[in-house]
Amino acid sequence: MAIKKVMGTETEYGIFIRNSYDLDLISQCILVVNSYRPEQLCKLLWDYDLENPLVDARGFKVEGVVDTPSQKDNMALNKVLPNGARYYVDHAHPEYSTPECTNPRDVVIYEKAGEKILMISRHNANSILPRDQQILIYKNNSDQKGNSYGSHENYLMSRDTPFQRIKEKLIPFLVTRQIYAGSGKVGSENNTDEVDYQISQRADFFETDVGLDTMVKRPIINTRDEPHADREKYRRLHVIVGDSNMSEYTIYLKLGVTAIVLKMIEDDFIKKEPSLKDPVRALKDISRDPSCKLKVPLEDGRSLTAIEIQKIYLELAHSYFQGRALDPIEKDILDKWEYVLKELEYDPMQLDRHIDWIIKRHLITSYMSKKGCSWKDPRVLMIDLQYHDIREDKGLFYLLQKEGKVERIVREEEIIHAIDNPPQDTRAYFRGMCIKKYKNEVFGVNWDSISFNIGEQSIKRILMAEPLKGTKSHVYELIENSATARDLVNYLSS
Amino acid sequence: MSGEGQQQKTKKKDSPQRLRDGKLRTDITKKAEKLKEDIDRIIEEIDEVLEENAEEFVKNYVQRGGQ
Repeated sequence: MAIKKVMGTETEYGIFIRNSYDLDLISQCILVVNSYRPEQLCKLLWDYDLENPLVDARGFKVEGVVDTPSQKDNMALNKVLPNGARYYVDHAHPEYSTPECTNPRDVVIYEKAGEKILMISRHNANSILPRDQQILIYKNNSDQKGNSYGSHENYLMSRDTPFQRIKEKLIPFLVTRQIYAGSGKVGSENNTDEVDYQISQRADFFETDVGLDTMVKRPIINTRDEPHADREKYRRLHVIVGDSNMSEYTIYLKLGVTAIVLKMIEDDFIKKEPSLKDPVRALKDISRDPSCKLKVPLEDGRSLTAIEIQKIYLELAHSYFQGRALDPIEKDILDKWEYVLKELEYDPMQLDRHIDWIIKRHLITSYMSKKGCSWKDPRVLMIDLQYHDIREDKGLFYLLQKEGKVERIVREEEIIHAIDNPPQDTRAYFRGMCIKKYKNEVFGVNWDSISFNIGEQSIKRILMAEPLKGTKSHVYELIENSATARDLVNYLSS
Repeated sequence: MSGEGQQQKTKKKDSPQRLRDGKLRTDITKKAEKLKEDIDRIIEEIDEVLEENAEEFVKNYVQRGGQ
C-alpha cells in the first residue's frame, strides 16, 4: 500500500536592490537571510555530512566534487527556523524550504509563512540600507531575460517503487498539470518560439526528459536520489518542473493532485498511461496555448489536449479511491480537480479567482484594454513581475487578495502562527521544538539529524531517519520533561 | 426520471416569467456594471503602486540563474 505522502516545497526568490552599485547579488542574499531574527534563532551549522546530491535515482553515482562551505560561511548562509523550515542562500537567491508536511493544506500554510518571513527579512535589511537603496523580492521564476530560478516540490515515496515506473507514469501528468499549476508569463525566453503570454514560467527552460541537473539542461524528471530519510525504505521525489505560485488555491491543487497521482503510481494502479511522443515539445506547446485546446501527439498515434490527459488521471483516481480510504483533504482535492478541468474546458477565464496564470492574464488584459496598450508595453512586463512582489502593499497578487478577488484556502491566523511554530505531525516538530527550547546547545541540523553540544568532548547527533516520527504525540512529553539538551540526549541514549 | 428532467428543462427554457421579467435583466446589467467598476478601481490602484519608469526597472531586473 502507498505510504503517507510527506511533502514540502523549496522556493528560490528573485532579489533586486534599487540604485545599488556596491552590493552584489550574493551579498544582498546574505544580508536578507541574516536580517531575519526571531527570538529563538540560534547560530548553528547546516550538517552537510549526510548529504549527497550526486547520487542518481537510476542507480549510479556521478563523479564530481560537492562544495561545502567553511564553518563561518556555513553559519552565514544557513538558518534553521523555529517552524522547522530551512532558510538559506542558494547560489544567488534567498531560498526557503518548508518543513515536512503531511498534506497540501499545511504546505500552503508553511509556504505562505515563508513569504512573510521574507517580508520581515526584507523590512529589517532595508532599515540598514540607505533610503534610496531598497531591496525588492519576487516570488517568481525568471528575470524575463533567460535566467531562471526554481520552485521545487518534494514527495516521500517508497524505495520499492521502481524509478522507471515513476518516470513513465508521471511524465504525461507533469507536462499537462501546468494548465492549473502555471503562474503565467509575458513573452518567451531561452531561444524558444515567440509568444505574447504563456501558461508556465518555467516551460521555456526544460530541455530533456530525465536527468540529474537542475541548473542547466533541466529535466522534466529529476533523478537526484537524496532521500533525507532511511535510504533503504524511502525515496524523495524531487519535482523541479513547477512554477512558484502566489495563489493558495493553485499551490493546494498542485501539491494535492500530484500526491494522489504518486500514490496511484506507488500502488501500480496506472496500467496504461497516455505516453507523450515528445514530452519536452508538449510542455512548451501546451504552455503557449491559453485556450487549452491544443492537441499534443501521443506514442500510440492519438492526439489529446492537456485537459483530456488530466481527465484520464482524474478518472483513474476516482476508481483508485473506490474501496480505499479517502481523507477529507483528498476528497476536497478530487472535487476541485474535477471542477477546474470542467471550467478549463468551458472557458479558462472562468478561473480568474483560482489559478495564477489566469488571474494574472485577466489582470493584464483588463489593463491593456483600458489603457489601449500591447503585450510589448513595459508596463505590461512590470505587471507580470510585480504580480509576484511579496510586499503586501505593493504586490499585485496581494492587492487582488486584499480586494477579495482571489479564492483562499487557509486563514491568515494559521499563516501567522506557522511563522514560529512547526507542524505537529512530522519530525519537523522535533526539529522546531529543539530550536525553540535548546537554542544555545544546538550545534548542527539537517533534515534527518540534529546535533547538540552539551559540553562533553563529542557532539551528540540524534538521527531522524523516519519523517513521521518525532511528532508532537511522540515527543511532546520528552521535550517537556527535558529542561536541557543534556537531559534530552541522556534520556534518548539511556 | 428522464421525462421529468425534460419537462423541467422545457419549462425553464420557455418560462414567460423569465423572459418578461425586467427585474432579472436589471440584475444582470447591475452585476456587469459592478464588475466593470471593480476592474476600473483595481486598474487605478495598479497605476498607483506600479513601479515608476517601468521600462528602466524591467531592464535592470537581472538575476543569476538558479536551480
